[in-house]
Amino acid sequence: MTFFFEVLIGGLLAGVMYSLVALGFVLIYKASGVFNFAQGAMVFFAALTFVGVQEQFGLSFWPAFAVALGAMVLLGVLTEKIVLRPLVNQPQITLFMVTIGLAFFIEGLAQLVWGTNVYPLNLGIRDEPIEAILENFDMVISRFDLVAALVAGVLVAVLAVFFQVTKIGRALRAVADDHQAALSVGIPLKTIWAIVWSVAGFVALVAGLMWGARNGVQFALTFVALKALPVLILGGFASVLGAVVGGLIIGALEKLAAVYIDPPIRGGIESWFAYVAALLFLLVRPEGLFGERRIDRV
Amino acid sequence: MSAPLLSVNNIEVIYDHVILVLKGVSLTVEQGRIVALLGANGAGKTTTLKAISNLLRSERGEVTKGYIEYRGARIDRLTPWELVKLGVVQVMEGRHCFQHLTVEENLLTGAFTRSANRAEIRRDLEKVYDYFPRLQQRRKSQAGYTSGGEQQMTAIGRALMAKPSMILLDEPSMGLAPQVVEEIFGIVRDLNQKEGVSFLLAEQNTNTALRFAEYGYILENGRVVMDGPARDLANNEDVKEFYLGLSGAGRKSFRDAKHYRRRKRWLA
Ligand SMILES: Nc1ncnc2c1ncn2[C@@H]1O[C@H](COP(=O)(O)OP(=O)(O)O)[C@@H](O)[C@H]1O
Ligand SMILES: [Mg+2]
Repeated sequence: MTFFFEVLIGGLLAGVMYSLVALGFVLIYKASGVFNFAQGAMVFFAALTFVGVQEQFGLSFWPAFAVALGAMVLLGVLTEKIVLRPLVNQPQITLFMVTIGLAFFIEGLAQLVWGTNVYPLNLGIRDEPIEAILENFDMVISRFDLVAALVAGVLVAVLAVFFQVTKIGRALRAVADDHQAALSVGIPLKTIWAIVWSVAGFVALVAGLMWGARNGVQFALTFVALKALPVLILGGFASVLGAVVGGLIIGALEKLAAVYIDPPIRGGIESWFAYVAALLFLLVRPEGLFGERRIDRV
Repeated sequence: MSAPLLSVNNIEVIYDHVILVLKGVSLTVEQGRIVALLGANGAGKTTTLKAISNLLRSERGEVTKGYIEYRGARIDRLTPWELVKLGVVQVMEGRHCFQHLTVEENLLTGAFTRSANRAEIRRDLEKVYDYFPRLQQRRKSQAGYTSGGEQQMTAIGRALMAKPSMILLDEPSMGLAPQVVEEIFGIVRDLNQKEGVSFLLAEQNTNTALRFAEYGYILENGRVVMDGPARDLANNEDVKEFYLGLSGAGRKSFRDAKHYRRRKRWLA
């Protein structure tokens, strides 16, 4: 039983890392109805910029963080201005295609500026079992996973407060509901979109740091976005809470499947189980666990 | 006499670079008035209001001729945001509440352009609830789950939170039961008299609109074909027949209809 819990907790904590990536998608999807294919590229760009300035200029953590954040905000604002603004009123599929192009552009830009090396990223948090838990509960829980979970928890709490309580957050939700109406009450869509892309850039930076610290900062970071997909299907594309819960569930399912289902079938289950689970879920509840149901009454 | 609050001068509006919808519309709204903009479906009422509030651009529409003034200054190059700050707010056709926001959150979004403090906003919120007591009861409900009348009230209340001097109100009666329409128009009149808010009111419901407005314009195919004090319009034989569905002398003959057309052209 202890072993079961160890696997479960390890899975939940790993899932938090998926939630981090999924959050970035949710923010942009919520405010502009765009599925931002470039989110993975943004994660990569953010992490690479962070380690890049650390290497090149010998900056310590916070200055490097500030520079990377500045770069993400700039990227967000420019994306809104140059790429999306001219496409207002275009069909969703057009916008989606544009984000695919954007993904390639950002990936290329990141490598143009910082090169194609794999950088190690050391946040000073060791990926080793926490002794106290090992001694008292006989479970192996990684310190890194726990810290990542705490960071994600704080991030989600901050975002939730931002969305629910602040004037800008309320405006963001209003824009998500009805662009025209938002315009009519004087909410400037452009400003709001620029803010959303910047916040998504911030989330991408946090995700990039966590993933980069675990796997090294390299091109493969762009693929973590693919892992966010089942999380989004499970949690709902427009729900911050959904991204969190979806991530936890996917993380836990993956690890449990790997330990309890995989050995007999030897199918490398950890890499595909999430997608199958998401597909099955899609059949039952297409709007996701926390998806906003469309309100159809006139 | 001072300049009118709002004047629209001979504007032409084209959608998608080719579709000519307004062919020279002029109208004025004096400070403190309720002015009705009447006409059948497709006449160009919504387009006129959106030309004023600058919401046309987001629908690929453009004012290609003429100009619009508010308090004597040109407003046709402003963004909707700047216009709301100046005190002109549109309440769109079909209410357009933020469905997933609560009624109270909807109202609060209306104050987005203001830099007022919490206490001030709170006071204005209470004032909106005084005018629309039903909204106070529903303040915690998601707007999407409230009735059509409540949504219309929310949309008007939301506009009020911007502290406007002028509200462009598009078809508030649409799809509502007659007594709800009566209730809402009563509140509009109250707001006009007590708060001094001027209204430009687009309506297909000619009968009700003319009872509450002081002046009216009738729009047909993108042109103003008739205008006058509301009472005169309500008593005009042509208006009675074509818009109020009344006719004293039974069916009018074809010749009379032609006479009306001629008159229309002359007025345009
Ligand atoms: N976005 C648009 N693109 C093209 N044509 C439009 C658009 N909006 C309205 N129209 C056309 O403009 C005319 C006037 O419409 P509208 O102003 O909505 O009239 P009303 O509000 O009086 O019913 C209609 O013929 C309509 O088809
Ligand atoms: Mg209309």
